[in-house]
Amino acid sequence: MNFTEEQIERYSRHIILPEVGGKGQAKLLNSKVFVLGAGGLGSPALLYLAAAGVGTMGVADGDCVDLSNLQRQIIHDTSKVGLHKALSAQKSIEALNPDVKVVTYKERLNADNIRDIIKNYDVLLDGSDNFPTRYLMNDAAFFEKKTLISGSMFRFDGQVTIFKPHAGHPCYRCLYPEPPPKGLVPSCQEAGVLGALAGVVGVIQAVEAVKELLSIGNTLAGHLLIFDALGMTFRKVKVKRDPECALCSEKATIKKLVVYEEACEIQAAKCGA
Amino acid sequence: MSIFEGQGASASGGGKGQVKIMLNGKEREVVDDTTVLGLLNELDIKPQGIAVELNLEIVSKSKYNETVLKDRDKVEIVRMVGGG
Repeated sequence: MNFTEEQIERYSRHIILPEVGGKGQAKLLNSKVFVLGAGGLGSPALLYLAAAGVGTMGVADGDCVDLSNLQRQIIHDTSKVGLHKALSAQKSIEALNPDVKVVTYKERLNADNIRDIIKNYDVLLDGSDNFPTRYLMNDAAFFEKKTLISGSMFRFDGQVTIFKPHAGHPCYRCLYPEPPPKGLVPSCQEAGVLGALAGVVGVIQAVEAVKELLSIGNTLAGHLLIFDALGMTFRKVKVKRDPECALCSEKATIKKLVVYEEACEIQAAKCGA
Repeated sequence: MSIFEGQGASASGGGKGQVKIMLNGKEREVVDDTTVLGLLNELDIKPQGIAVELNLEIVSKSKYNETVLKDRDKVEIVRMVGGG
């Protein structure tokens, strides 16, 4: 691949890293990353991956930008309130880096469309805000043999891990076999969250995505990183495949995508544009 | 006979000794042969929505009933978070 002069300058701080180099940068420009959710986690992840020159980025979000999102969802701004989040994110990414081709998915992902959508991407990021979607994404990634970089947060706590059962590492169900019962774990709008926590977790997802794309370093596959913002501690713990996992073990009972009921009211998006 | 006999073994332990574990950073005594599942029952915590970390390793749910806590084990109950 031949870089333009502008690209050599734009990516110079990557290219001079021996672990990246021109070869790695070219690889990033030819990579396809799918980000589920252009919210708190998706915002910083999308921005850093776009800045890094990931050539194709899929952005999926069924919501529109709300004023209450802007405390943490930094890919959007005040002028974007009312727009589809996927389109708002696309505008920000294109302004940041014209090298990136953005594919938007304004529809809510479901069991009928998710596998077709994700199969074209190299790496998947989950920054969704509800458990049914997280299980849908995990199961679809397993069936499509895709690496899934999962980030989640609540109040002052964040968790990041990589699910890669096709390479011998655990999946979401090895860690948490089933969604929590309704009401046990607060989610959605009723949960407060420290805005900058989203940056910490989302950016770690972006770091891991670049490492996965370039096959460098030690990633979080097989580990769960637990971040406590109040205590300012990171704990990295081992996660093994569960030999009884209902999805990825030899004793698997889940053979197709499972649809769980939403714990929160999903309001149909009525975006201005 | 346990060497801890007479050191305050609880009635429910049927004369068993106790082991000291660290649970979410705090010391706690449990009777000998307490499993991860037994600890969760004792704490009245349902296994849904959590993961159990034992000495910096997540215990698979299928192993809760066979994983016995030992003296000085470090246990953390990790709550599932789902926000994005």
